[in-house]
Amino acid sequence: MSMSTDEVHAHNPARRIGDTVLSVENISLAFGGVKALTDISFDVRAREIRAIIGPNGAGKSSMLNCINGVYRPQQGVIRLDGQSFRRMDPHKAASMGIARTFQNIALFKGMSVLDNIMTGRNLKMSSNLLLQALYVGPNRREELEHREKVEHIIDFLQIESVRKTPVGRLPYGVQKRVELGRALAAEPRLLLLDEPMAGMNMEEKQDMCRFILDVNDEFGTTIVLIEHDMGVVMDISDRVVVLDYGKKIGDGTPDEVRGNQAVIDAYLGVAH
Amino acid sequence: MLYRESGQFKTSYAADQQLFPILQDRAAVLALLAFALVGVPLVATDYWFTAILMPFLVFSLATLGLNILTGYAGQLSLGTAAFMAVGAVAAYNFQLRVPGIPILVSFMLGGLSAAAVGVLFGLPSLRIKGFYLAVATLAAQFFIPWLLVKVSWFSNHSASGVITAQPVVIAGFAFDTPVRKYLLVLVIVAVMALAAKNMVRSRVGRAWMAVRDMDVAASVIGIRIMQTKLIAFAVSSFYCGVAGALYAFAYLGSVEPDGFNLDLSFRILFMVIIGGVGSILGSFLGAAFITLLPILLEVILTDVTAMTGIALPPGFISMAQLVVFGALIIFFLIVEPHGLARLWQIGKEKLRLWPFPH
Repeated sequence: MSMSTDEVHAHNPARRIGDTVLSVENISLAFGGVKALTDISFDVRAREIRAIIGPNGAGKSSMLNCINGVYRPQQGVIRLDGQSFRRMDPHKAASMGIARTFQNIALFKGMSVLDNIMTGRNLKMSSNLLLQALYVGPNRREELEHREKVEHIIDFLQIESVRKTPVGRLPYGVQKRVELGRALAAEPRLLLLDEPMAGMNMEEKQDMCRFILDVNDEFGTTIVLIEHDMGVVMDISDRVVVLDYGKKIGDGTPDEVRGNQAVIDAYLGVAH
Repeated sequence: MLYRESGQFKTSYAADQQLFPILQDRAAVLALLAFALVGVPLVATDYWFTAILMPFLVFSLATLGLNILTGYAGQLSLGTAAFMAVGAVAAYNFQLRVPGIPILVSFMLGGLSAAAVGVLFGLPSLRIKGFYLAVATLAAQFFIPWLLVKVSWFSNHSASGVITAQPVVIAGFAFDTPVRKYLLVLVIVAVMALAAKNMVRSRVGRAWMAVRDMDVAASVIGIRIMQTKLIAFAVSSFYCGVAGALYAFAYLGSVEPDGFNLDLSFRILFMVIIGGVGSILGSFLGAAFITLLPILLEVILTDVTAMTGIALPPGFISMAQLVVFGALIIFFLIVEPHGLARLWQIGKEKLRLWPFPH
């Protein structure tokens, strides 16, 4: 794994990474009296892999939920492609090219792998209800075109053999892959991954890292990643945000973050 | 199955995405359809048409409608019979009040009226789920038949709101005998079943199932949850509305709004549960099962009485039906929540490997 990441970064990260595409500014989110996020600001540049780390309950998933509009922050602005949003809406986020996966797999359990990934292409399809009921002409063509696109993703993720299996029957690691596939089907520019490697063994983690790096490298997708495995985070991310109790306590390259005293204290605990 | 798909390689996505990818399945379905169209009219008696086949087909259509809403889109509804009533009464009124309107157009408009009412009563689904939504649709179930009786204009001022369906005539050809009515209903049901199958394998069907299985993930993908639910209510009610029109025009001839009561809604819900939640085939299996079961029970119990000489108390048979229904519902909910369609699928998978266990 370390060898392969070296290869990617050998592509000269300075040239690979572009301007800021997403910035969150002074985001605060509270559920009743519980402050999940307090005044968080950071930015994400084009084509970078940006990790969000922090202890359990630090507000990492809440941050992603604010970015794609599942939660509405009480305060702050999300700037995407130069447009400012006080509150994002999931449909708007999806149509602006944000896709995501969830910490606890959120696949459509009753549907096959193929249908799950096809659903990811929902926004790219346009034929009306009547055409769909008749399954003729434009709708038939559309289904076939998108099937082909979806098959590329299935090839890429190496899940050909289970394409018609209902996802509920698949093992955990494969489900995580299918969920990545569903997110990729939307051809996102910004991919939010919530603990894509949680609960995986070493080999599955290596595969998942490979997929993430390939997506980033080949399609130029910007990736925001929450992950607990520090080895992975330090290895594949360009910059890291550290949250603790809903506050930002660190931001920088993996090396900078590693040396940050506040971060070390948050992770290891500190005598008061 | 007795046959396998081995040797049938797909070289294009079009071949892989067809309705029945396996050759033998295609042949079997075509054969069944041909038999229903040609064979059945040759052998069946009028009793079969009026007492068994007609209710089976009409209820299949209503079950299909409810299955779209409950099975595919995951929205529980207890208002099925009310939407059928809207379809029946609307078709009757279009036929009555618009001179020269073709009967098929009336059926269609009956369905569309039911769809509009369905969307109206589907609005609460945007805020509430599960049992609470069932209660909201229950409001439709009580309100609509009441309204249809109360406003006598709907039944052209007949006593107790009874409507007597006009004769079914298409392009000068009268569908007046049981065989002819059966063929008309069969064709309508077959076409609508095909349309339902096409919808559930297209974008809208995937959106329904996505909303059913995980609505947050669906919204993050860019599926509009509200729109998707309302489309499900509209399509489902359309199917129920057409079923209601056929119920009045082809099956019973004259119906009263009170006939479309909660009992009927529950019957159709049972058909969905026993047939298979989220299955087109299951809608037909469920309707067949629940239509045939009472007849079968009656035959068996009559035989038992005749053989043993024990005189059953009057009303025993209809009581026995309810008991058996109840027991079956519990059985299916515990043992096989996906109903007969799932049993059929398991059977197919087992036979595919037969005689080997794995």
